[in-house]
Amino acid sequence: MNAVVTRAGFLTSVQDLGRTGFRQFGVSTSGALDSLALRVANLLVGNEEGSAGLEITLGGLQLRFEDERIVAWCGGEFDVQIGSRALPAGHVARLQDGDELKFARAQTGCRCWLAISGGIDVPVILGSRSTDLRGNFGGIEGRKLRDGDQLSLGEFRRSETAATGGISSWTAPHDWASPASPHPNLRFIRGVDWNRFNDVAIERFTHHKFTVSSDSDRMGVRLDGAELKREDETDLISEAVAPGTIQVPPSGKPILLLGDCQTIGGYPKIAHVITVDLGIAAQLRAGDGVRFFEVSLQDAHRLLMERERDLERFRIGVSLQRS
Amino acid sequence: MEIIPLGDSALIVRVREQFEDAPEEALEEVLRVFQLLQRAAIPGLIELAPAYTSVAVFFNPIAVSKGNGTANEAFDELAAGIRDAIIPTSRRHRRRAAARAPGLIEIPVCYDAEFGFDLDRVAEHTKLSEREIVELHSTGEYRVACIGFVPGFTFLAGLPKNLATPRRDVPRKEIPPGSVGIGGAQTGIYPLRSPGGWNLIGRTPLKLFDPTKDPPTLLHPGDRVRFRAITRKEFVAFGESRLNQ
Repeated sequence: MNAVVTRAGFLTSVQDLGRTGFRQFGVSTSGALDSLALRVANLLVGNEEGSAGLEITLGGLQLRFEDERIVAWCGGEFDVQIGSRALPAGHVARLQDGDELKFARAQTGCRCWLAISGGIDVPVILGSRSTDLRGNFGGIEGRKLRDGDQLSLGEFRRSETAATGGISSWTAPHDWASPASPHPNLRFIRGVDWNRFNDVAIERFTHHKFTVSSDSDRMGVRLDGAELKREDETDLISEAVAPGTIQVPPSGKPILLLGDCQTIGGYPKIAHVITVDLGIAAQLRAGDGVRFFEVSLQDAHRLLMERERDLERFRIGVSLQRS
Repeated sequence: MEIIPLGDSALIVRVREQFEDAPEEALEEVLRVFQLLQRAAIPGLIELAPAYTSVAVFFNPIAVSKGNGTANEAFDELAAGIRDAIIPTSRRHRRRAAARAPGLIEIPVCYDAEFGFDLDRVAEHTKLSEREIVELHSTGEYRVACIGFVPGFTFLAGLPKNLATPRRDVPRKEIPPGSVGIGGAQTGIYPLRSPGGWNLIGRTPLKLFDPTKDPPTLLHPGDRVRFRAITRKEFVAFGESRLNQ
C-alpha cells in the first residue's frame, strides 16, 4: 500500500542509514543526517533500525495514508498533527486509512525523521535506499519528494503496540527524540591539519561563536564568524574527508561536512565533530550560533559506546512494550 | 608512513608526503596498501578511500573494540591491525599485490569546440595551438589516481606538464556528463551533470558512472588510461549504439 505525498515541503527525501562500500568510487554516505533519530523512530514503530524513512527539512510535509500504519518521528521541534491531534516527537501513533499527517515549520532545529511501519519500499541501489541528491540515484528517482508522489510502503507486520487506538503515552528518551537546542554546542577532536593553523585561528575556533550561513545544505554547514587563517598557504594534496570533518577553505570560513559531502577534498581539516554530536549538527539552520569544544579521541569512542549500550537497553524496552 | 585519525570513525594511512615528485611510485604504494587492506579481514573495517598519497579507512569503533572491550584502545588496535596488514612480511604478499597489474583502457574523446568550451582558454595559457593541445592530451598515458568529488569523478595523473592550466576563476554551475577537463596539473572526466571549475577540452560518449551496476564506475583507481581523439560523427554514432544496446 501507499502513502500519498499531498505536500512535499521544502526538502523531503527518502533516507536509511546510508550507503557504505562505494566510497572508493566517489559515492558518499548520504543517509539520515541523524542516524540515531532514524534508528529510534524505526524501533518505535517496530521496524528494523535501518528501514528507510523520510528526512524532512524545515517542515511543510503532508502525507495521506491509505491503510493502517504506525508512525513515529524524532528530530527538531516541529509541530506535527494527525488531523487535529498533536503528535509530539518520540511518541508512537496508529494511523487509519485516510488519516493525514502534517509537519509544520520547526520552532527550533532544521530536520526530523519519520519512520512508518513497514518502511518505505524503494529499490536498493548500491546497497541502500538512501537518496543521493548529488548523484541523482536512490530514494524516489534520485530526487527530493514532489507533491503528488506515491510512497510505496513495505509490508506492515501487525503487532499489538501500546498505541492501540491513538498516540502512545510512553516515549523515547527526550535527548534522542528532540536533540535540537537553541544554543548548540558541538564536540570535536583535532583535525588532520590542526597544526597548520596559528594560535589566533585555534583560539578563535575554540572560543568564538560561529553563525550558520543560509548557504548550507546536506553536503555541509557553512559558518560565518572570525576567519581562521593558516600558518602556511601551500596547497594540500587531496585526500579523504568524512561527515563531521570541518574544513577551512582559503576564505577562512569553516565548512562542517554532513552526510552528502564529497568523498575527497583538498582544504585543510581543522577538526572533526564526534559521531555522537552529528545529530546536533544536523539540526543547525541559518542564523543559529554554534560553539566548538575539544574532546579526546578516547572520549569520543567512550561516548559512542555508552550511547550504543543505552540504545540496546531502549531496544529491549520497546520490545517489552510491544509484547 | 603515518596513521592519523580522520574523526572518530575514520583514519588516514598516509604513505607518502609528496605526489608530484614521484607520481608513479606514490600511486603504486597507495594501490599496494589499498589492495592489502581490502584483503585483510580487519574487524570493524567498513570501507576504504584511496587518494593521491593516502588510503582512508572508515571503521565502526564499536566493532573494532568488541575484540577487547575498551574504548581507549580502539584506535591503537585498528592502527596495529593496519600496520600488520600492509607491512610486506613475505614475498608472497608482494607478488599478489603485483598480480593485479591493470590493463590500458582507451577513452574516446571528441575534442571539437562544441564540447571543448575552454580549448581557447587552455591555448592562450599554454601558448599551444588547439591542435597541439589535442595531440598532446591524446598521446599521453594516464593513471587513475582516485575517484571522488562527485560519484565517479576520475582524477587522472600524468597530464603533460605544458598542458597544465589553472582552474576557471568562476566555476560553471553545470557541466555536461562525459566532459573531459584540465584543472591545474591534472586532467579528469566529469561523469555526471555537476558544477565544476576545470577547463573543458572535450567530451567522451562513454558512461563512466552507473549506479545500477556494481562496481558502479568504468574506471578504477590505478587503471591506465589513454584518450583517443574521435570525430563528432563518431561521437554521435557511439551515443546511438549505446542507446540501442
